[in-house]
Amino acid sequence: METALNTLNIQPGTQKKLSLISFSGDFDKLVAAFTLGTGAASVGYEVNIFFTFWGLDAIKKKQGRALVGKGFLGNIFGFFMGGLRSAPVSRLNFMGASPQIFRYLMRKKNVATLEELVEAAKVLGVNLYACEMAMHILGLEKKDFIHEVKEVLGVVKFLEISEGGRTLFI
Amino acid sequence: MPTVKLDITLEHCPMTFVKTKIALSKLNEGDILEVLLIEGEPLDNVPKSANEQGYKVLEIVHLDGQIHRVMIQK
Repeated sequence: METALNTLNIQPGTQKKLSLISFSGDFDKLVAAFTLGTGAASVGYEVNIFFTFWGLDAIKKKQGRALVGKGFLGNIFGFFMGGLRSAPVSRLNFMGASPQIFRYLMRKKNVATLEELVEAAKVLGVNLYACEMAMHILGLEKKDFIHEVKEVLGVVKFLEISEGGRTLFI
Repeated sequence: MPTVKLDITLEHCPMTFVKTKIALSKLNEGDILEVLLIEGEPLDNVPKSANEQGYKVLEIVHLDGQIHRVMIQK
């Protein structure tokens, strides 16, 4: 894995900032979040993505369906929620067929796939954060997530991090 | 000065500048990135964003049809 890039010629305190709250975990909304995130990071923005609830699926190490999560209910929820590769689309999911059709169309039309966008976000140094409260409910631990997840946060810390920039809820 | 080539003629937003930025980050100071891109969003934004990021856009040349060559120095 390449190391994250440093932004160039940025004076302290002057860097523009975009913070995204990735809530839905839907394939299409994750594409939107990572498109905005990578695009902004490429032009020098500090980008923070705070994953909460269904959004946590996007940063799990296990990208498909797996028994991730502490306890029986955590395991079952973890299995049905799945990971990045099993993310459903928000409309017309057709029992999971649509995300595969979207992936096919994106490759065919030379549009970055969700997986490519996530990799680009890592290379560009987008800051990935996990929500402490949602992790607690779902029985997830930091070790269940990809190592690029920088920190487990609560609301107050997220507000501190996003202060002075733009924040979007996706 | 070493020149590295990057073809983004088939890419779309946001990967046009994402790939350019990642390619530039791998160069040494003074190296040149030769980017092939098409008219529209890539031609409008890649040279502009590179310039704003502190890189030097040396030239933009129309090659053929919609394809342009942009030379960017780190």
